[in-house]
Amino acid sequence: MSPCVFSVNFNTGGTLILNALELKNVTKRFGDVVANNNINLTVKSGEILAILGENGSGKTTLMNMIAGIYFPDEGSIYVNGKPVTISSPKDAFNLKIGMIHQHFKLVDLFTATENIVLGINDKHKFNIKDAEKRVAEISAKYGFDIDPKKKIYDMSVSEKQTVEIVKVLYRGADILILDEPTAVLTPQETEKLFTVIKKMKEDGKSIIIITHKMHEVLSVSDRVAILRRGEYIDTVVTAETNEAQLTEMMVGKKISLNISRSEPKNSVDRLIVKNLNLTNADGVKVLDNISFTAKSGEILGVAGIAGSGQKELLESIAGLINSSKGEVTYIDPSNNSKIDLRKKTPMQIRELGVRLSFVPEDRLGMGLVGNMDIIDNMMLRSYKNGHSLFLDKKPPKKLADKIIKELEVVTPSATTPVRRLSGGNVQKVLVGREISSAPTVLMAAYPVRGLDINSSYTIYNLLNKQKENGVAIIFVGEDLDVLLELCDRILVISSGAVSGIVDGRTAKKEEIGLLMTKAKGAKENEE
Amino acid sequence: MKNKKIKTHEPLFHISKRTDISRSKAIIIRVISLLAALVVCGIVTKIFTGDDPISIFKTIYLGAFGTGRTLVTIHEIAILLCVSLAVTPAFKMRFWNTGAEGQVLISCLSTAMCMFYLGGKVSDGVLILLMAVFAIAAGIIWAVIPAFFKAHWGTNETLFTLMMNYVAIQLIEFFLKIADKSGSNVVGPDLLTHGWFPKLFGTNYLLNIFIVAVITVLLYIYLNYSKHGYEISVVGESENTAKYIGINVKKVIIRTMALSGAICGVAGLLLVGGASHSIDSNLADGRGFTAIMVSWLAKFNPSTMILTSLLIVFLERGADEVSSKFGLNADFADILTGIILFFIIGCEFFINYKININHRKTNIKEEK
Repeated sequence: MSPCVFSVNFNTGGTLILNALELKNVTKRFGDVVANNNINLTVKSGEILAILGENGSGKTTLMNMIAGIYFPDEGSIYVNGKPVTISSPKDAFNLKIGMIHQHFKLVDLFTATENIVLGINDKHKFNIKDAEKRVAEISAKYGFDIDPKKKIYDMSVSEKQTVEIVKVLYRGADILILDEPTAVLTPQETEKLFTVIKKMKEDGKSIIIITHKMHEVLSVSDRVAILRRGEYIDTVVTAETNEAQLTEMMVGKKISLNISRSEPKNSVDRLIVKNLNLTNADGVKVLDNISFTAKSGEILGVAGIAGSGQKELLESIAGLINSSKGEVTYIDPSNNSKIDLRKKTPMQIRELGVRLSFVPEDRLGMGLVGNMDIIDNMMLRSYKNGHSLFLDKKPPKKLADKIIKELEVVTPSATTPVRRLSGGNVQKVLVGREISSAPTVLMAAYPVRGLDINSSYTIYNLLNKQKENGVAIIFVGEDLDVLLELCDRILVISSGAVSGIVDGRTAKKEEIGLLMTKAKGAKENEE
Repeated sequence: MKNKKIKTHEPLFHISKRTDISRSKAIIIRVISLLAALVVCGIVTKIFTGDDPISIFKTIYLGAFGTGRTLVTIHEIAILLCVSLAVTPAFKMRFWNTGAEGQVLISCLSTAMCMFYLGGKVSDGVLILLMAVFAIAAGIIWAVIPAFFKAHWGTNETLFTLMMNYVAIQLIEFFLKIADKSGSNVVGPDLLTHGWFPKLFGTNYLLNIFIVAVITVLLYIYLNYSKHGYEISVVGESENTAKYIGINVKKVIIRTMALSGAICGVAGLLLVGGASHSIDSNLADGRGFTAIMVSWLAKFNPSTMILTSLLIVFLERGADEVSSKFGLNADFADILTGIILFFIIGCEFFINYKININHRKTNIKEEK
């Protein structure tokens, strides 16, 4: 009876180390696209392995194969030295593998405990009290802050994430996969999460964390595996590497990580927002007395936890939703006259001669029409021009060709549906269209979300160029490092209210982090 | 070690989405599926009736295009095409209009009422003009009511339009009772004596076919080259995008449904004034629903719709002929039509998705 020897790893010292998880030559294709090509990956037990790679490099696909959501086309997977077949999440669960997805999969109306035990099918008689007790035990053991009886809809994003993690631990997982866990957290919450992760590691769990944030990789992981465009590049020990080296491996070439920031020139008030209030259909106040001024030739950053009212703020200004109270005033650069933008549709705003451009967060669902080609998408803003009943396709065709050339959009042709383009190219098409109308105010919501580093820098440069042309830019961002490097001033909002406006050149990240959660504490006291 | 086999069950095949398929390949898949449909129809016929499948297929063909039938069949195609064109703008806007049946019927009723009450009182030319105005107006009203409610209060358009069908049917029944005291369930050419469409080149139906051809061309241009058509596409693809660029979505919904209703109105006018010269509550004959399928099969392209409506009419008429000639139950025709449609619609799956069979052998050794 010979035990199989696949997963025994002879490391340099000659000692035997059992790997918690090992992938050998794993390949996954989607149609013609190779999402993962011949990947080899080793996770030792009791370590934190970071998977680093740009968007679209295949990190999530790889993890989904370990979690049983996808099945590899080629290659094999070993858990604790044994070859395994993981063809469903249930298989993964039986192998004690648990994944915490980027988008939570929780039932809003259930409590934390109910969500945690949901789907467990053991022979024992179910008792919610016992389950709650166990949830509390797990929480205490690793230092989670969680109320087992709290309903999901009452929870903050970070609490929901905690429930997801406890859910996986409750099922006895030894290998935990966290997909971009910090994307939705404030710096303080991220710190807390990392403390918990380190505790789990001490307990002997193996943790895989997917991220593209360099400083997080360096602060939390033991080793880093790098993927680039579906290819496995290397695994390095975190302590022996640095940011520049990792970036080079991730992007494939040396790039400078500095965003240029010029001093605003001839800055004058362009858009004045005063006491803006908005209550949504559920009667919740989403904008709470917001006041600020956007100036020409300046980038005003907007920071805040996701869902703090950023979307509603921009949409109120753009005329997509009618705010309940307040003023939005545009100052015309040609004659300094004041134009009231409230209770006007986007079409009416344009007819008043206000050149307000808006790059919305939902690119394919709002800014563009995914099934239409680039030319037809160019036409969205201009199709009404002229008195003819029929469309004039020549100007949009010209604009499409120009944008494709100038912004280096990678596309088979101008008649390709935009949904077929990669995220970065979709964004170039959208931003290109929005700046083609020579705006005086440009609003952009998360314009680099999901973009690789090169495309992100293209967008930063475009914004900077607009700033030099005297455009007032409102930039809603999520990465505080970027906001601090790019913006002249940063407006911080929390639960729909302005909690502070700081100088982008002098402010500290922690300061913004505190402001992001500031008003929230006050709110909870009211309840 | 335990004497236990390791589970190595792997999925036998997996399905992936095709990103692009060449036109010729798509056509081949469609042709194969049509052939497969005919084979299955043949087998089913043989099993249940014992008749020779080849002669059945021949009968289907002759049923549609046999001597003296071609013009009637083309007219049937034209009417179905007209209703399909009518539902298309709404469906392109993702407005689930299941009320074309009622919109056609209420227009039939308006036309018939004009013929019944005004026939002989005004000249035929004026009468036909009035019939057209009332038919189109009735179609528009029937379509705009649910559109208005949808645009302003977000009511469910599927249920609303569906219920409007029954209202139209009941109104026709009511008219029949008033117009024909004998209690017949049809008011025929003997009562509707005026307002008949003139023959073109001495042939019936030709004017109807010509009108539908013109509508097909106009609608094609409207949907693809006009600003309104562009707005319909944007609203249909993404209402959020429409709002983002400032399209008045409510206005587009109501305007587009008015257009749908107007074309249904024309269909009703052609049915009564240009063909049957009679009215009963079954006059639309389910075309309002068949049209939905015709429109979707053609992916909302008016020129492709000529082909899809031809296919459907060909099948229906052929199947009718089969069941009567071979003395089969009328439902048997529907079974054959169903089988063929199943294959035609089902083949879309193979056009959009690829099935990959796992050829690889498991390279995992069994542990003993």
